[in-house]
Amino acid sequence: MNPPRANEPPPAAVPAMPGENLAQRDERWQIRVRGLHKTFGPQHVLRGIDLDIERGRTNIIIGGSGQGKSVLMKHLMGLLKPDAGQIWVDGQDVVPFNDLEMARLRRKYGMVFQYAALFDSMNVVENIAFPLIERYKLTRAEIMERVRDLLRRLDLADVAGIEQKFPPELSGGQRKRVGLARALIDRPEILLYDEPTTGLDPIATKNVDEMIRRTADEFGVTSVVISHDMASTFRIGDRISMLDKGRIIVSGPPDEVLQSRLPALREFVETSGLVAPETGVEA
Amino acid sequence: MTSASSADTSGRPNQPSRLAEILAALRDAAVAPVKVVLSYFGEHSILLGKSMAGLFRPPFRLRLFLEQMQFVGVGSLPIIMLVGFFSGAVSAQQAISALRIFNQERFVGATVGISLAQELAPVFTGLMITARAGSGMATELGSMRITEQIDALTTFAVDPIQYLVTPRVIATILMMPIMTMVFNIVGLTGAYLYSIVLEHIDLGQFIEQFTYWTDPKDYVIGATKAAVFGVTLSVASCYQGFNVRGGAKEVGLATTRAVVAGSVSILCTDYFLIDVFHILWPYKS
Repeated sequence: MNPPRANEPPPAAVPAMPGENLAQRDERWQIRVRGLHKTFGPQHVLRGIDLDIERGRTNIIIGGSGQGKSVLMKHLMGLLKPDAGQIWVDGQDVVPFNDLEMARLRRKYGMVFQYAALFDSMNVVENIAFPLIERYKLTRAEIMERVRDLLRRLDLADVAGIEQKFPPELSGGQRKRVGLARALIDRPEILLYDEPTTGLDPIATKNVDEMIRRTADEFGVTSVVISHDMASTFRIGDRISMLDKGRIIVSGPPDEVLQSRLPALREFVETSGLVAPETGVEA
Repeated sequence: MTSASSADTSGRPNQPSRLAEILAALRDAAVAPVKVVLSYFGEHSILLGKSMAGLFRPPFRLRLFLEQMQFVGVGSLPIIMLVGFFSGAVSAQQAISALRIFNQERFVGATVGISLAQELAPVFTGLMITARAGSGMATELGSMRITEQIDALTTFAVDPIQYLVTPRVIATILMMPIMTMVFNIVGLTGAYLYSIVLEHIDLGQFIEQFTYWTDPKDYVIGATKAAVFGVTLSVASCYQGFNVRGGAKEVGLATTRAVVAGSVSILCTDYFLIDVFHILWPYKS
């Protein structure tokens, strides 16, 4: 099938693949996206995304700038509605959900933003505790216990005076970890990371990678990471999907993806220096 | 290729289609500003409606309302008092200059009292709050938008309009009449000191004329206008901040637009409101 033109209207409905029963909780796949289209004015950003997110694993979505990675992430989170297509989460198509249903669904999710998106008017404790304060009637002692537990598990407890610090007083790595703590505090099933290593130096990048890996193992969450950092991707990914021109062009375990001969993927991998050009040999 | 640019069978350009194209372009040019104005009012009305709906829906976050009342009201107190004092004194100065022509300086208390209560206090207070609190709202919400803090609120299933806009709009509506009364009191003090101390106007006459000519309804008019200005300025400011797209430059532009839109909305609304009030309550004669 030829890719649709920018001004071509997306199909009204896209069925599941033959033989698929998406309306049933699948033990392996937690999120299943089928035929997702999104247009902004004349720009056809998502052109029929088909994507499976593996339960309890670290799923990475790679792609160049402007390919629609963040738009896809916002669809997974329910921040944007698609023009066409389906998003199945644990056997439920969430696209027709109303605001209330979507608010309930979002309790399954935690999101770590590119630059952490910490609330400037709140200190570290207030930031981390925010989802708990908004959703439950817990005592201050209960909240503090959970906040301190997370600070300890994310290696933030030793930072002097961390609890009372405000976001501008934190380093880039600390901000990411506080953002992760805030996303984890309500024990989500699915954790979304929007380009978590952007703007970090190599050592901080490695630390954030380890943090993502450890979080997935320790908390047993399904992680979805949007990234264009190939080194990080192959370091932490259990499953890698590549988004190119609004479509997923390849998806699978890192070894399989690395063997792919697709020109867009080869160019991406080779430019990153992860493998030597042409040869396919790991650098 | 469209039929407009095609040629007919004789090979000549299709003139009627070309004319139709020009007419369509002219129509679009004429309709575009109307569309802009309607969408401007429409989007502001929707934001106001959503923020009012948020007031009656749990959760109720009293702390946010109090914080905004502190920011809009208490935080603006020094500037309101400073401007109020000098506005009252200048009004008295101008009134005395004019009234002296007729040897009627004793009416200065009444003149300044009415103009402060109905016009100067609500309008100047509105302009001061727009400049100080309205710009602050636009900058804060704009910064939150570009740093994804508003998206973060949504991901925690928090309605960002209820959380951010409702407290700001309600706090401004509540604090505007209060700050207007402060402006009145301080303005009258300024007028009193200028008239009595510097111009040696008779104290008894000043107070007598003031109490005779000014009514509680003047203050009701002023306070009502102030509350309406509170709506227009806070919605204009929140709208600009909430809808920022881009970076720091756009936040700056949004702040500028918020101050301009807030100020213009106050001055335009003022004209219509005073007309309505004068129909309801004509001037004492």
